Amino acid sequence: MAYSEKVIEHYENPRNVGAFGKDDEDVGTGMVGAPACGDVMRLQIKVSAEGVIEDAKFKTYGCGSAIASSSLVTEWVKGKTLSQALEIKNTEIAEELALPPVKIHCSILAEDAIKAAVADYRSKHGSTETETPICTPVAP
Amino acid sequence: MTTQPIYLDYAATTPVDPRVAAKMIPYLTELFGNPASRSHAYGWVAEEAVELAREQVATLIGADPKEIVWTSGATESNNLAIKGAARFYAASRGKHLITPKTEHKSVLDTCRELEREGFTVTYLDVEPNGLIDLEKLAAAIRPDTVLVSTMYVNNEIGVIQDVAAIGALCREKGVIYHVDAAQAAGKVEIDLAKTPIDLLSLSAHKSYGPKGIGALYVRRKPRVRLEALIHGGGHERGLRSGTLPTHQIVGMGEAYAIARNSMAVENERIRWLRDRLWAGLSTMEEVYLNGDLDARVPHNLNVSFNYVEGESLLMGIKQLAVSSGSACTSASLEPSYVLRALGRNDELAHSSIRFSIGRFTTEAEVDTTIALVTDAVAKLRELSPLWEMVREGIDLESIQWAAH
Repeated sequence: MAYSEKVIEHYENPRNVGAFGKDDEDVGTGMVGAPACGDVMRLQIKVSAEGVIEDAKFKTYGCGSAIASSSLVTEWVKGKTLSQALEIKNTEIAEELALPPVKIHCSILAEDAIKAAVADYRSKHGSTETETPICTPVAP
Repeated sequence: MTTQPIYLDYAATTPVDPRVAAKMIPYLTELFGNPASRSHAYGWVAEEAVELAREQVATLIGADPKEIVWTSGATESNNLAIKGAARFYAASRGKHLITPKTEHKSVLDTCRELEREGFTVTYLDVEPNGLIDLEKLAAAIRPDTVLVSTMYVNNEIGVIQDVAAIGALCREKGVIYHVDAAQAAGKVEIDLAKTPIDLLSLSAHKSYGPKGIGALYVRRKPRVRLEALIHGGGHERGLRSGTLPTHQIVGMGEAYAIARNSMAVENERIRWLRDRLWAGLSTMEEVYLNGDLDARVPHNLNVSFNYVEGESLLMGIKQLAVSSGSACTSASLEPSYVLRALGRNDELAHSSIRFSIGRFTTEAEVDTTIALVTDAVAKLRELSPLWEMVREGIDLESIQWAAH
C-alpha cells in the first residue's frame, strides 16, 4: 500500500524513541493495543510540577502508520498541560498523517495512549479522575 | 526509486521467460487463427500449436494429452474441479467434501459456495509443520464423502503434501481426489501415471509462463466426470467453452517444456540460495521458520521475526519485493490464516515474511536481502516495546492485553 510522505518521514526518523523510568513520580505511562491485534503503543510523558508535559517518549510495535501516529503524538503533547493533551483527537492525527480509512485505528490507538498516560500520571498523584481508555493492558 | 526492487516474490508470480515470450509472439500476429476453425490453414496451424502445448503440459505431469483441459488459470481449474465433480456426483455419491484449512482461497471459497448449495464441508486441521495427518483425514472421510481437495505445495509456506498417500487413501475409500498443483508444477516431480490423483489444477504464470492461462487434468482411467461451469461452443470436450487463447497456450506449453528440462539443475541452485538466505537470517535472535523445512519446495522461505510487525518490516525493506503474512492492510487486522492454522500465535503470524526465490535470483541479491532485513529488524526492535519487555525478562503471556 502507498503511505503518505509524512508517515514515511516519521517511520524513517521517529521522534523521541525511548523510555523513562515508569515508576518515576513525574512520569505517566500509557500502553495500549495488543500483540494479537498487531499493534502495541507505549507513550510516556514527563510532567512538571506545574502540570505541563515537558518531555515525551514512545515505543511502538505495529505498522508504519502506528509508528508514525505515536511519533507525532510525542511531538504534539510537549509543552501542553494534561488537559490540553487530552484534547488531541484521533481525527487530527489521521488528518496530519493523511491516514487511509483502514489505518484510522492507528490514530485512535494514539489518542488512547495519551489518555492512558495522563490517567497513569494522575493516579500516581491521587487524582480521582478516571479516564481509563478501552485498550489498557493490565500488568500482573 | 531509480533501481528496481529485488524480486523475491516468485510464489506470487514469475516473469515470463524470454524463450517463452519469443514462442508466443507469432501467435498474436501472423498465426492468429482460431484453433476451432476447421476449414482453413489459419485454424489448422493454431490447432497444431495448441495440441503441441497440450502434449508439453501433459508430459511434465506424466499424463495423457487427452486428460488436459485448458482454463484461464488455477483459480478456474479449482472451481471447475471441485464444483464440477461435486455437482456431477452429488446424487450418486453424496454431498460431503473435505479440504484442509490451509488451502488457497480459490478452494476454500469454492467450498463455501457449495455449502450454500447444500453441501457439507469438513475443513481439516493440519499439523504444526503444515502437513496433513493421514489418520485424521481417514477419520474425516464419511460414506457420503464425494471429494477431497488438497494442495500439492502450499503457496505461503511451501510445504509439500504427501499426495501419493492421500490419493491412495481416497482411491481405497472411493473418493475423488483433487490436487491444486499451482505451486508445484516445475518444482516437484509429478507423475500422474503412478500417483492416484483424479483432478489436478495447473497455472502457467507460477512457472515462467503467461498469466491468464491454466489447465485442469481430468483422469480418464478410471474416468472422472464433471459438470461444466462455462457453456458455449463445446470446446475442450464440452468441459470449458470459449475460444482458446492460442498464444497463451503456446506460452504455457513452452514454459512447461523448459521446466521439464531444467527442473533438476534449477532446484539445486535455488535450494543453495534458499539455504544461504536462511543461514543469514537465522543468525538473528527470535527468528522462526514457518512450515516443515524438509517436506518443502526449495523456492520458499517463510520466516517470522518475533516482536516486529510484518507490515512495518515490509516498509523498512522497500528495496525488496516480498510478501507479508500479516494482513494489517485489511481493516480486520487478521494475520495469515495459514500460519494461524499451524498453531502459530498471533504475534508470530503478524511478523511473518514470505521470501520466494526463482530462476533469476542471484547470490548477490540474496546477500543484499540478508543485510537489508537484518538492519530493518534491528531498527524496529529498538522501536518495539515488546522487544524491550522481553529483554527485561517480562513474560508477555502474563500480561492481560485488551484486544481492540
